[in-house]
Amino acid sequence: MEAPVLEVTDLVKEFGAVRPVNGVSFTMKRGEILGLLGANGAGKTTMINMILGIVTPTGGSIRVFDRDLTRERIAILRRMNFCSTYTQLPGNLRVWQNLTVFGKIYRVPHLKKRIDEVLELLEISHLKDRVSGNLSAGESTRLNLCKALLNKPELLLLDEPTASLDPDIADKVRKVTKRIREEDGASILYTSHNMRDVEEVCDRIIFMHQGKILFTGTAAETLEHFQEESLESLFIRVARGGEIESASAS
Amino acid sequence: MTFSTIQALVLRNLYLYSRTPVRLVELVFWPLVDLLVWGYLTVFLQKHTGDSFPYQITFLIGAVILWDILFRAQQGVALYFLEDVWSRNLLNVFSAPVTNADYLASTYVIGFLRAAVTSLLLSVLAIILYSFNLFELNWSLVPFVFNLLLFGWSLGMISTALIVRWGPAAETLAWAVPFFIQPFAAVYYPIDALPDAIRWIAELIPCAHVFEGMRDGLKDGTISWIDLGKATGLNVIYLILAGMLFVRVMKTAREKGLLTKFVAQ
Repeated sequence: MEAPVLEVTDLVKEFGAVRPVNGVSFTMKRGEILGLLGANGAGKTTMINMILGIVTPTGGSIRVFDRDLTRERIAILRRMNFCSTYTQLPGNLRVWQNLTVFGKIYRVPHLKKRIDEVLELLEISHLKDRVSGNLSAGESTRLNLCKALLNKPELLLLDEPTASLDPDIADKVRKVTKRIREEDGASILYTSHNMRDVEEVCDRIIFMHQGKILFTGTAAETLEHFQEESLESLFIRVARGGEIESASAS
Repeated sequence: MTFSTIQALVLRNLYLYSRTPVRLVELVFWPLVDLLVWGYLTVFLQKHTGDSFPYQITFLIGAVILWDILFRAQQGVALYFLEDVWSRNLLNVFSAPVTNADYLASTYVIGFLRAAVTSLLLSVLAIILYSFNLFELNWSLVPFVFNLLLFGWSLGMISTALIVRWGPAAETLAWAVPFFIQPFAAVYYPIDALPDAIRWIAELIPCAHVFEGMRDGLKDGTISWIDLGKATGLNVIYLILAGMLFVRVMKTAREKGLLTKFVAQ
């Protein structure tokens, strides 16, 4: 049986008396798009930061590609990548310069060709010589995605990739996300507050609340379990403290 | 340590300077102001002392140039981190396969390049404006300058570690740290000029021995091996301690989530 791409076991993070992640366990299969849902403060970003090695867990373990993240962080990060709406590439560099820098960091072979490929995939080839700081929000998000796709990551972490995008660009980002899974077999951990994103893109959902997993399953299983008509109404119910209990469909 | 990673991180900074030439002003403007002020002060004192003009005063111009080597090397390390904070690029770098060693090595290269540009420019201007030739020291200049670079790198690592530990509010330390030690560093005056009670502090600062050695070298053209030895020995200790501090603070930053606070600012 193939080892999971990502295996999180009893993960805990404490910042003093605060526990943003409290005993979370889940696995991700190769080629799976897993949605991480939850209101602000649910622990999603802390979880992603721990998987990226930016934040060290207080307890539990993270295994990526069947290797321990704490011990083999650099080797693992070479096969991963990350895109967040909260980060940017240096605004005073041109688009191709930013991609060249990160391409070299990730040791991307045939870098110039790969830069052209990702720019074309995200439909921003015409921006190659533009200064990154002069791009619109949508163009900037797509540039971030180009950086995240440069090394053909086997595990891709997307933190709210469609936040602040207009419906047209958001649709393009969703389509690209599905395409890279189909063409490259990438596993994608996807956080979003946009329920449409999650329903359209994700194979499975992890619903988090106050640092714990409330439910794991497909969108349909989640709705059935909580007896809700839409993910949005469930999201609001959970965020406002409605009665809930932890469970898993799997 | 990976060469391609270091090359990429250095390239990122070189692109920055090629894209925004106004940044070169920062490398040239303040050092030039210092050179003009101290240079003309030296000329003034020279005119009013005549033949009894002490060699130490001539060294004021050399001190300006050499202090700037240390300062630019420190800035190369400390500002490197802040560039990523200001451009919201920090998480992209620290979530990439970049080790502490890769990161520090690239900051050393940038520090060296910054120091080289400024010191070369000031040295040439000192010859043209004041007939002061720092290169009269020939090869004996090299180990002393190298020691200044080493100490600049140590101060840069300490500055960055303190900024990471104390957060965005401590950014000003990137400029302030070298000036904390300047009064004790015997840059413009010999260690003997300091009061007895604080002279021991100067003895513990590597660059104080560099400046002492350089003054002796300019006076009689010989290398002060004792000062060079003290500076090198202290620099090795400072480099090890600063490196350990940097690694320790980065570990703490990951435990406490400090790096993410720079993104949220």
